Amino acid sequence: MTEITKHEPATIYIKPTTGLAALNLKDLWAYRELVYFMIWRDVKVRYKQTMLGAAWAIIQPVLTMIVFTFLFGRIAKLPTDGDIPYPIFSYTALLPWGLFTAALNQAARSLTTNQSMVTKIYFPRLVLPLASILSGLVDFVIAFVILIGLMIYYGVTPSINAIWALPLFLLLAIVTALGVALWLAAINVQYRDVNYALPFLTQFWLFITPVAYSSNLISEKWQLVYSLNPMAGVVNGFRWALLGANTGPGPEMAVSVVISILILIGGLFYFRNMEKTFADTI
Amino acid sequence: MTIAISVNNIGKQYKIGASQQKFQYNMFRDVLVDTLMTPVRVYRALRGQGMRGATATSTIWALKDVSFDLEEGKVLGIVGRNGAGKSTLLKILSRVTEPTEGTVTVRGRVGSLLEVGTGFHPELTGRENIYMNGAILGMKRAEIDSKFDEIVEFSEVSQFIDTPVKRYSSGMYLRLAFAVAAHLEPEILVVDEVLAVGDAEFQRKCLGKMSDVAQQGRTVLFVSHNMSAILRLTQEAIVLKKGQLIKRAPTPEAVDFYLSSGQAESGQRVWEADEVPAASQPFRPVAIRIKDRSGNVVDTVRSTEPLTVEWEYQINAPITGLRVGMYLSTMRGEYVFTAFDTDDAKQYEQFGSRQAGRYVSRCEIPADFFNEGRYSLGVNASSFGVKRYFMDENALSFNVDISGAPGMQWAEVRQGPVRPRLNWKIEKLD
Repeated sequence: MTEITKHEPATIYIKPTTGLAALNLKDLWAYRELVYFMIWRDVKVRYKQTMLGAAWAIIQPVLTMIVFTFLFGRIAKLPTDGDIPYPIFSYTALLPWGLFTAALNQAARSLTTNQSMVTKIYFPRLVLPLASILSGLVDFVIAFVILIGLMIYYGVTPSINAIWALPLFLLLAIVTALGVALWLAAINVQYRDVNYALPFLTQFWLFITPVAYSSNLISEKWQLVYSLNPMAGVVNGFRWALLGANTGPGPEMAVSVVISILILIGGLFYFRNMEKTFADTI
Repeated sequence: MTIAISVNNIGKQYKIGASQQKFQYNMFRDVLVDTLMTPVRVYRALRGQGMRGATATSTIWALKDVSFDLEEGKVLGIVGRNGAGKSTLLKILSRVTEPTEGTVTVRGRVGSLLEVGTGFHPELTGRENIYMNGAILGMKRAEIDSKFDEIVEFSEVSQFIDTPVKRYSSGMYLRLAFAVAAHLEPEILVVDEVLAVGDAEFQRKCLGKMSDVAQQGRTVLFVSHNMSAILRLTQEAIVLKKGQLIKRAPTPEAVDFYLSSGQAESGQRVWEADEVPAASQPFRPVAIRIKDRSGNVVDTVRSTEPLTVEWEYQINAPITGLRVGMYLSTMRGEYVFTAFDTDDAKQYEQFGSRQAGRYVSRCEIPADFFNEGRYSLGVNASSFGVKRYFMDENALSFNVDISGAPGMQWAEVRQGPVRPRLNWKIEKLD
């Protein structure tokens, strides 16, 4: 609460960026309060003027779980890992999956929905997708409460690994969502085709992620290829940490992590490089 | 003296042309053709040619080789007609967009009175929006805390501070938004009066705030079409013409130069060939003018006298179903009316189809129609349901002076864009 006035004003140099734009994360750090306020705004506004309010954060994954249990558990009789009951097996995957898709959808559209901010004021544009991604965590936490209820009901005790491993897998989901969203958000500024491609993309992605089925169904020799999808790593990690499914992280997880980081770095540079044209082309 | 802003040879290039017209579908046929052309477009995009299409993209320099230094504590006026690059210059200084070439050195935070209300969310309360908007404008939370009471008082909405702003009247909304922007206290303030919204009262408040800021020794850049405001508030001014700085001088001299060099928008807008998109063919706007009762082209009309709007245009090939007209709106963006030259059925019969040639469509707006303020005139030429040839939502703006209007004995602001002289009858009933 100190020294808010009368300091030597900072000097700003404005010049065209040439070559690959530097990431300039220092600037993002200077605007961290804006990230906080944007998250706060998203969360406050999300369920305004709805009847069920924040219950939507629970309704969506729970209903999906019920449909999955009926279709894939009862009718298709898909095996789970070991003897884990199908409802909790799918719900554990639906949690990070829900976070991922919501974050991706919000963040990919974040620049276009905040068009007036982009065309009127300066701030590091990274603030917008970043805040959209992080605001999804609130829904995740609410939905997580149901998982705890399910675990008590089915008598599942999580392994001690969950304490350190869950935050890391969560981080992996966020990094993946952010990486992909940065590409899409930047493209969306010029080509609104992204809006139409998104629902298709997330649906397709659901099929290649072991949410409704177990990744054990994939034959051994394809496991590494399968883990090129970082979300497969996230889902398997969640099931391992919470339900004790399969063995711990192995080489497949390393592949997922590396891919996820590569997507993020590529996304960051692409986004920064396109940033200078956002206000003109949006 | 220290230099607050140093601008060195900046230029800003924009792409214009086909890419902007892409989404203007007017007919189902266009959509169909466009869909079938998709593979071609994707192929071009992948080759890095963007959405340029077959018609070559043209580029324009919105700013070119502009250089000037501004000392701390000075107020600089910027004048020039629409499209001269004034807004682009401000956008570069406030870092919204990057220059294509050149450099700028700015000492201190740049604040702007056009950011009013950016980031306001209708579902949030006044209190929440103050914090949100403050953060967007670059204030720290501690800074907003310390100024919170002052902002609320200035906005005069303290009663409703915990009500969602979607329940606010537009006046309350603007006052709150302006209060936040006005308390930002940047080292450098940029004011673009051309884009400023709000009624006359609100604009007075903006200008008042601006001169306060200037008196505190801060640096101010002021863009306006209003020469008397420029003369009153600035000591020095620059004149921009087609993206270039053509004059820098003490304000009276600069304004004189601007007015006498024939670029001032004194109630007239002339379209140069390069300002008309190719897609307007066969319609080509030439000029639109506001004339007073004696036929002079004027920027300010008296509300007690009729005024004439005159639109001159060229038709290069016969057009059927044509209507040429205007939208009239307040500077706040509220429409006052829309009218076309062939609205009348008989007129339409006679002039719905027009041969090639030069035309003028003229109409008179009666006396005692407008209230005080500045109005914007938009133009539109189209064949209904077939094609929109040309549209410019803000072709020209003009002032209305209300001396002699009804109710002038009361020094108050009358709400609403119209100020009719009504035929009141007063009867005593008992």
